[in-house]
Parts: sequence; structure tokens; C-alpha cells
Amino acid sequence: MTIPDAVPIIGIGWDDVLFVILAATMLGSGLLVVTMRDIIRCGLAMIVSFLSLAGIYVLLGAPLLGAAQVLVYIGAISVLILFAIMLTESKDAPTRLVFQTQAGPAAIAAIVLAIVLALTVSATDWGAVSERVRSSTDTVARILFDQYVLPFEIVGVLLLAAVIGGVFLARRELGDRS
Amino acid sequence: MTNSLDAYLVVSGILFSIGMFGFLARRNAISMLMSIELMLNAVNLAIVAFGAFVPALHDQASVIALIVIAVAAAEATVGLAIVIAIFRNRRTPLVDEYDTMRQ
Repeated sequence: MTIPDAVPIIGIGWDDVLFVILAATMLGSGLLVVTMRDIIRCGLAMIVSFLSLAGIYVLLGAPLLGAAQVLVYIGAISVLILFAIMLTESKDAPTRLVFQTQAGPAAIAAIVLAIVLALTVSATDWGAVSERVRSSTDTVARILFDQYVLPFEIVGVLLLAAVIGGVFLARRELGDRS
Repeated sequence: MTNSLDAYLVVSGILFSIGMFGFLARRNAISMLMSIELMLNAVNLAIVAFGAFVPALHDQASVIALIVIAVAAAEATVGLAIVIAIFRNRRTPLVDEYDTMRQ
């Protein structure tokens, strides 16, 4: 049995259907992240958003980045954020106000920014735009360890410094019993 | 639709706006950090989309996006450590109650 080129009833390609589903999931869960009252649910919605973004990376022909997205964002950053939520959660937090007083102007500014960005993107001619091309993991590795080896090392040092700084900042002072 | 750069860039712009709204409007410091992660993701999506469509950037884009992901991880580590350190002193994660320097 072979899969047809386009979706049978609607008549558009599988890629388009996947892109619409993934983008809608990503934007919808992103909206949930910034609007939901319970912050644990915000964190879980953020994981859904990261996962659909990994799907979009794979759709764009960058499977290595999709894997890195799942490993780093879902595996590390989300778990870190969920732990921080649980460490700072207080009982009365969800029942109180979620938004600051400037939420209204912030919403207007965000909508205006989205509209301006969309207009700019559609009005600009991006020049030499070709068809989508898959980037092979082999080439990415060669470029990373040849042309970009200095940034790679600097990022390694930065991560080390960040980890040491994080441990230093979050550590309990000696004699602090609270 | 998937063969046009514009669709990806528009999605990326909308995600960035959502993150900006969250950063400006939420009261909880961790919610603000999550909004920053959303904005970083949006920028990464734009980078990867350019890499997939512009011939001169085909392979560089993946490398740049990987470096952005690593820097985002470092930022999340330090940011959450600062939030936890402040929480230990002030007993609240709400940023509008961090007003010691205003008094």
C-alpha cells in the first residue's frame, strides 16, 4: 500500500497539513503558556510548544536541530523550569492576579508587533530564495568543528561558567536554616 | 505553503509577539523566564527557516541555531538560580513585590 501524494479529501500536500497542525499547536500552546492561571500547567504547555517546534525543524529539513531541541529544551530546560516552579510555588499564588496592571497595553503592543512583523515579512523580497533543502548532519558537523570551532569552544566555556554561577547563586548560605 | 519562507517567518513573528506579551504582562518571575524561552525559540525558528531557503546559509544556519540553543540553556540556568535566590530572601515569586530598591 502506498501513501498518496496529497491528502485524499482536502487535496493539499502532506507537508502543508503537517505544517498547519504543528504551527497551530505551537502557537496555541504558546498562548496557553502566557495566559493560563496555574503555572505548572503553563510549564506543561511550554513542553508541548517546544515539541511542536521540534516537529517544524524536522519539516524544515534540519533533523539534527529537532533532536537537539528535544534533548535540550524538553529534556533539560523544561525540567529545570518545572523544578524551579515547584521550589517557588506558594499555596495562594494561583488564586491571586496573574497579570500586572500593564497587561492591556502589553497585549496591544504585542498584537501591533505581530501585525507589523507579518506585513514586513510579506512585503520584503528575500532575494535568492530557493526550494527547501535538507541540511545533512554530516555537513553540519564538518562546519561546526571546522569553521565554527572557536564559537563552539566559547559556548562550552560559557556553559561551564553558567553552571558554576547557577550553583553559586542558588546555594543555601552556611548556617541558613530557613 | 511549506515551500514559502514567508509562512515560517510569520509563524516565528507571532510566537515572538506571544513571548513578548508574556514577558511584559505576567507577574510571576518564572512565567517571564518561560516567555523569554518562547522568544528565543521564535528567533531560532526564523534562523532555521532562512537556512532552509537561502542558498548561502544552508548549513551555517543549523550551527548558529545549535549555538543559540546552548546559550539559551546557560541563560535559563542563571535566570532560574537568580529567581530561586530572590525567592529565598523575599518569599514570593511575584516581580511586582520586589520593591526594596524603590523605597
